[in-house]
Amino acid sequence: MTPIARRGFDIAVWVALLFMPYWMGAIGGYTELATRIVVMALAAMSLNILLGFTGVLSFGHAAYFGLGAYGTALTIKYLVPSTLLGMAVGIVTATAAAAVIGALIVKRRGVYFAMVTIAFGQVFYFIAFRWNAVTGGDDGVTDWHRMPIGLGPARLDIFGNDKIFYYFVLAIFAICVGLMAGLLNSPFGRTLLAIRENERRARFLGIPIERHIWLSFVVSCLFVSVAGCLYALLNNFTDPRALRFDLSGNLVIMAVLGGMRSFWGPLIGAAIFVALQDYVSSHTANWMSVIGLVFVLVVRFFPRGVLGVLRSRSSA
Amino acid sequence: MSLLHIQDATRRFGKLVAVDHVSLKVEPGELRAIIGPNGAGKTTFFNLVSGFFPPTSGTILFDGRDITAMSPERRVQHGMARTFQITEIFPELSIADNLRIAVEVAAGLGTRAWLGASQRAAIGARVDELLEMGDLAAKRSRTVGALSHGDQRAAEIMMSLALRPRLLMLDEPTAGMGDQETYDIACLIRRLHRSERLSILLIEHDMRVVFNLADRIMVLAEGKVLAEGPPDDIANSEAVQRAYLGTSAA
Repeated sequence: MTPIARRGFDIAVWVALLFMPYWMGAIGGYTELATRIVVMALAAMSLNILLGFTGVLSFGHAAYFGLGAYGTALTIKYLVPSTLLGMAVGIVTATAAAAVIGALIVKRRGVYFAMVTIAFGQVFYFIAFRWNAVTGGDDGVTDWHRMPIGLGPARLDIFGNDKIFYYFVLAIFAICVGLMAGLLNSPFGRTLLAIRENERRARFLGIPIERHIWLSFVVSCLFVSVAGCLYALLNNFTDPRALRFDLSGNLVIMAVLGGMRSFWGPLIGAAIFVALQDYVSSHTANWMSVIGLVFVLVVRFFPRGVLGVLRSRSSA
Repeated sequence: MSLLHIQDATRRFGKLVAVDHVSLKVEPGELRAIIGPNGAGKTTFFNLVSGFFPPTSGTILFDGRDITAMSPERRVQHGMARTFQITEIFPELSIADNLRIAVEVAAGLGTRAWLGASQRAAIGARVDELLEMGDLAAKRSRTVGALSHGDQRAAEIMMSLALRPRLLMLDEPTAGMGDQETYDIACLIRRLHRSERLSILLIEHDMRVVFNLADRIMVLAEGKVLAEGPPDDIANSEAVQRAYLGTSAA
């Protein structure tokens, strides 16, 4: 894509997101579906820092998504009824866990790395599943809801009004996406591309590979935990499925579906995935087989994802 | 003091002795070539020096410092850079971005998440300078993986040079190239050696290149040093001719 085309695409994406609650209705959607798309897009784009821009596959990102969700839910339910404080606890907990686990696994590569990310992810799933007294076990954390946010004299009623909550989520999405874009366009971001492209060359340029992969993992998990927090707020609820490895797999599918080499690819993938899930699951419980079929077709015919196709068309 | 001083380096792979008690001194500003038949241990020797793996025994001193057990990343920070027999670059990025990464890492900015305007300008200027030096300016935004073998090789050499090394190690820079490309790369190496006063350690198969460029030549055969000296001595050495030149350049 030329720089002008890319800028045009950026603007188109933001305009579409800005008015999504309004045009969603016209194509049979609803505001909560729009919010879910933005939340899952944030999660998939976060994963893609590691997957698409560092070349490292994680099948355990649900763990940090779920830690964000549980941190938020448990804080609001038991400690302080504050949405922002809940999010802060969720993000800090998940990022700290990612920093420790990342340091343990960062020497592994390829399939081995993916396997240990699953293993560590499942640890958190079973804790949430078994520790009934605190987490509610399989039933999840219920009987709480997101709290309106006080802004001095004004009040942001994210609980009572769907659209206000959507724009709250979109604002946080915009902050995160802005930070990610800046990061990927920085010297640090370019070292990640270098590692993806050719680890040997990167090492012999003097880049400490393990440290940079660790940093990429932690940053990626930090942003995915923000998405987890928003997901819990969206549902006013969280349960162990927010931590389970099939969610990790779904995030990978979203990134690959939309195109993991492009910045917006995972957003497109998440939109397709969430919209299909919503539409098909109202007709059949086997919605996953439809998504699986779409995924197979995309990977077969457009190995670089939906946006990968657009990009090669426009540069041809 | 020698820039690079290798004392009695040996590397075994199981029963095979790939490098057998090799010693070498490279002086600052010297262009030293290593030649020898296939399987003589040249690339293994390079890997010992650049830190790809450690020697089984022996020591490696760089600028008086013992680097025998140092990681490749640290060796780069101390002023060593290398290229590979099979070109190692970032294929899906542009030439300019390939060089930019090297320049930024060399400037110690590898973990920076933002840059000031003046830093960005300084890095841009250095990238431009390297593109000029490598005769790559016209192709700066081309994806490097789509370029000719010779241009990829030039890009890899310029990336190594972006690190401002004191010792540049080139592993068969003209391997697999035609006459024109070989000539271009040889000219580039000579230019860098003269204008940057770089010390260069060079493995090369093309004898025209070696005898044109090298100040001194070390000949390896079956892991051992067969001969060592200025090009004229090597060309006249009977032992070398028997082992090596006799078949190809008589």
